[in-house]
Amino acid sequence: MLLIWTSILFPIVAAFAVAIGPTKSAKWTAFAGTLASLGALTIFAWNFPAWHNAEHFPKTTGPSWIPHAGITFSVGFDTVSLLLALLSAFLMPLCIVGSFSAITERTKEYYGWFLVLGSSIILAFAARDAILFYIGYEFTLVPMTLIIAIYGGTERRVAAVKMFLYTFLGSMFMLATLIYIGWEHRLAVGAWDFDIDTLTKTATRLPSSTQYWVFAAFMVGFAVKVPLFPLHTWLPLAHDQAPTAGSVILASAMLKLGTYGNYRFALPMAPAGGADLMSFVAVLAIIAIIYASLICWVQTDAKKLIAYSSVAHLGLCMLGLFALNPVGAEGAVFYMVNHGLSTGALFLCIGMFYERYHTKDTDVVGGLAKRMPVWASFMVLFTLASIGLPGLNGFVGEFLCLGGTFISEHDGQTGYPGVLGPWYAVVAGLGLIFAAMYLLILLGKLVWGPLREPHDDAAHATSAIRLPQDLCFREIAILTPLAVACIWLGFQPKPMLDAIAPCAERMLANYPKEVERYMSQSAGTPLASINGKTSESRGE
Amino acid sequence: MIEAMSPRLILLAPEMILFVAAVTVAILGLSKNHGIRASLPFITCAALIASIAAVPLTWTNENAQAANLLLPTLGRFVKPLLAGVGVLLVLLSVGSVDRKMEESVARGRMAFDPQRVVRGEFYAFFLLSIMGAMLLCNAQDLIWLFLAIELVSLPTYIMVAIGGSGNRNQEAAVKYFFLGAMSTAVFLYGFALLYGSTGSLQFLEIRSALAAQSAGSGIDTLATIGIVLILLGLCFKITAVPMQFYAPDVYEGAPTHVTAFLAFVPKTAGFTAMVLILSCVGWSGHTLIDTDGIRIPYTGLPTPIAAILWMIAILTMTLGNIGALLQSSVKRMLAYSSVAHSGYLILGLIAGATAGIEALYFYLLAYGVMTTASFAALAAIERRGEEINSFSDLAGLRLRHPVMAWMLAISAASLVGMPPFIGFFGKIYLFIAAFEADQFGLVLAAVLNSAISGLYYLKLAIVPLVAPPSARSEEVTSVPSRWPFIAAVVCGVGTIFLSAIAGTLIGAAKSSAQASPMVLTASQEALPTASTH
Repeated sequence: MLLIWTSILFPIVAAFAVAIGPTKSAKWTAFAGTLASLGALTIFAWNFPAWHNAEHFPKTTGPSWIPHAGITFSVGFDTVSLLLALLSAFLMPLCIVGSFSAITERTKEYYGWFLVLGSSIILAFAARDAILFYIGYEFTLVPMTLIIAIYGGTERRVAAVKMFLYTFLGSMFMLATLIYIGWEHRLAVGAWDFDIDTLTKTATRLPSSTQYWVFAAFMVGFAVKVPLFPLHTWLPLAHDQAPTAGSVILASAMLKLGTYGNYRFALPMAPAGGADLMSFVAVLAIIAIIYASLICWVQTDAKKLIAYSSVAHLGLCMLGLFALNPVGAEGAVFYMVNHGLSTGALFLCIGMFYERYHTKDTDVVGGLAKRMPVWASFMVLFTLASIGLPGLNGFVGEFLCLGGTFISEHDGQTGYPGVLGPWYAVVAGLGLIFAAMYLLILLGKLVWGPLREPHDDAAHATSAIRLPQDLCFREIAILTPLAVACIWLGFQPKPMLDAIAPCAERMLANYPKEVERYMSQSAGTPLASINGKTSESRGE
Repeated sequence: MIEAMSPRLILLAPEMILFVAAVTVAILGLSKNHGIRASLPFITCAALIASIAAVPLTWTNENAQAANLLLPTLGRFVKPLLAGVGVLLVLLSVGSVDRKMEESVARGRMAFDPQRVVRGEFYAFFLLSIMGAMLLCNAQDLIWLFLAIELVSLPTYIMVAIGGSGNRNQEAAVKYFFLGAMSTAVFLYGFALLYGSTGSLQFLEIRSALAAQSAGSGIDTLATIGIVLILLGLCFKITAVPMQFYAPDVYEGAPTHVTAFLAFVPKTAGFTAMVLILSCVGWSGHTLIDTDGIRIPYTGLPTPIAAILWMIAILTMTLGNIGALLQSSVKRMLAYSSVAHSGYLILGLIAGATAGIEALYFYLLAYGVMTTASFAALAAIERRGEEINSFSDLAGLRLRHPVMAWMLAISAASLVGMPPFIGFFGKIYLFIAAFEADQFGLVLAAVLNSAISGLYYLKLAIVPLVAPPSARSEEVTSVPSRWPFIAAVVCGVGTIFLSAIAGTLIGAAKSSAQASPMVLTASQEALPTASTH
């Protein structure tokens, strides 16, 4: 409890220190703040008693905040949220160090907001109270909007505004739904309570027609954040315009809030709705995979390419979640962590060459293996991890997501029936082939081939900090931990998978029954039944 | 007789303090001594703080019971709320009233002329208006209600005219006055109809009469029309559709510190009057779950009244938000935002006893602090001696006036309902109240409207913080007085601090609403009244 609050509040304390301290020491204060947060969380994780026991939720009921509405300061982790919080806390100091040379103006504000951002992300993962979660989830928007709007590229204001409005609209629906479930709890018990477990118990008791709408409203909120096709349009622009570290946190931590929201709220709270809409979401996820991959193929802006590949990868992650069996769910959670590592690292790599060449256009720059061999090796490693090369971390998650989709069948022998099946897996698998293609094309242009450099010495000279041609020690120090993590998780995924498994099973506890119900109700093909389903469940 | 009067008089202690202070500042304003004239706002502040202190001392349960009020605990929360936000509003106005004249006198360009100063009057009217709003809490009958609400409004017409130095002030004041007079006529007509139907001006008797009617064949048409007219008239005070049309013009034309006053005090008074009138009607079916655990359908207000309030709520929030989207003037945008917030607040009225009323007053507190923060930030800066008006004046404000830029951003975040600012908790609590009243549709409307409001509040935060400075904004300087700056910082910090103690504040709002018998269960009430009449 104390350690969790330390990891949440320490960055905020550091942010105040940054705000009142001198400009010179701002970056080091920020670094210390994020390190302390990571340290507290690591100690907590080290002593975490529930790695393999999902039933034992080490929840701490915090002091009451608004007793009349049942809002409390209660925090606690299960394995999944702890892993995601660790991922965010792990990336924060790397991002801070990564910004040392990129951010030269308004540094105090930058580091201050970055600390606040980190703190609210950890709060969202740690919250055991739905309103507390919402506070963390929603407040991430404020620092991220400012980071993009102040420190971003030429279209930064449009990008920031678009991101804010999309997410804000979505999360208003989510908030209303949370309060609605709280209201149902109030009706059943007579008092307001926003504890997530309590709400989950209440919500699963609702009639299936209600759960359908609860699920749909949650999906509106979380699909924007994931982002799921067709609500993804804010993301590439935001990524393109954000400063490097902003992109890293956006892709690695903030988008995970969307998938985590599905894991924590939408799926377990409304199993009937989840079963009803399973194939619908899966189809959207597959469209996202294929569509984003095709865009990546023709993309010449390296950063936008990675951004779109994020859309595709998270589509796969959603597909794994909505396979609604433990294999897929484990894979999805594992993939959340690993996508955070490899995509974050890719954004950092792109940022490093952008700082040197002031362009991200792969038609202008290329063949950098000759100029920056160290950078090129890291770039190749992370790209291969992102493609899902066996032996690297991306592979395990992708394989499990696809495997889960494959066995998500009517007569699956797993005890977890589903409506997806091999065809979904095959089409989504095409996306992986595309991924290999566009990422290797990116590598081919950027790393290998003839050396192409823009003659942009003016921009070079004006930048405040002159960087060496290849990576400096600081940059290598940023990328090395990420590389180690990618390789280690590629070879040793089992401890983490074992830890995730009980949580995944717990989340899916209600699904076999609900999916059976759904399948018995709907004869005919799964897709055709979606439309009929809507009117049917209204009539219930 | 005296014994019967004394608890009522004791309950009026805060108002008496304000009245004495109003007379005092009106006289002291004529003093030749510059120091005394400069101290007027602080005397006003002291009086307001003293009146806050007087409330818990005098507003005891015994006194409130003895005074035979309709809502015996309402004043315990509303009076400190008015006076507390009033203190901040005074700080906003420091240095603005009589500014040109005081500057000329200080430079020796002209001699002090007591016939031309208005500062004393301004603060006297300021106090009288707040006093009127406080008096509403003690209202026992329609006449008192009418006098109190007019006491809120009449000084504001003059404050708009004399609070600043521009020509637009007069124009705004005239507009405000004529439209205000029209609204007064509307609700006075409503009083007449209500009196005609119930035969009494006393709230408690009206309540009994309406209870008897509803136990019979339902509340009669005359009374319903009367109540609807009263509500429509009061819509002017709370800037709700269909009486909202004056808001942008008057808010823009009035001096900024008076605009802040208009956005809060008449609104609080209007809502208090509405709560009183609707309490005469009563919200029925308030107990959600009876002793046997069976859910009782919530019927709330009688259908015609509820339907009208429902329409007013939806139209007000939608028109307010859409209007605000289209503005290029900050003050007009804030005027429309004030309209939109009234729409949200009506949710509380519809939800009614007692969760809705709590939520209403808690939201008013939140709204008072956050909207004052934005107006204070605007009042703390000026361009070539003129008020800030357009967004282009604010572009890049952060470079020259970082604190004010941040305060604008904080107030915008709070107004849009971003956690963890106080506006978020206000909104959550309103939604909770609306859910308790089974008003899903209204919650959905409010949610969609909040999402729309994100568009323009974001502008209020992004333009000062991020936009590059324009030629106009280069000329922005801070006003000579530091007090608006301090008020902005206090309000800005308040939006965060108050959410930390939101539980306590809601508890206070709850205790003031809960002890009041606002709920009319027709069958229970009708029987004893039928025997007494």
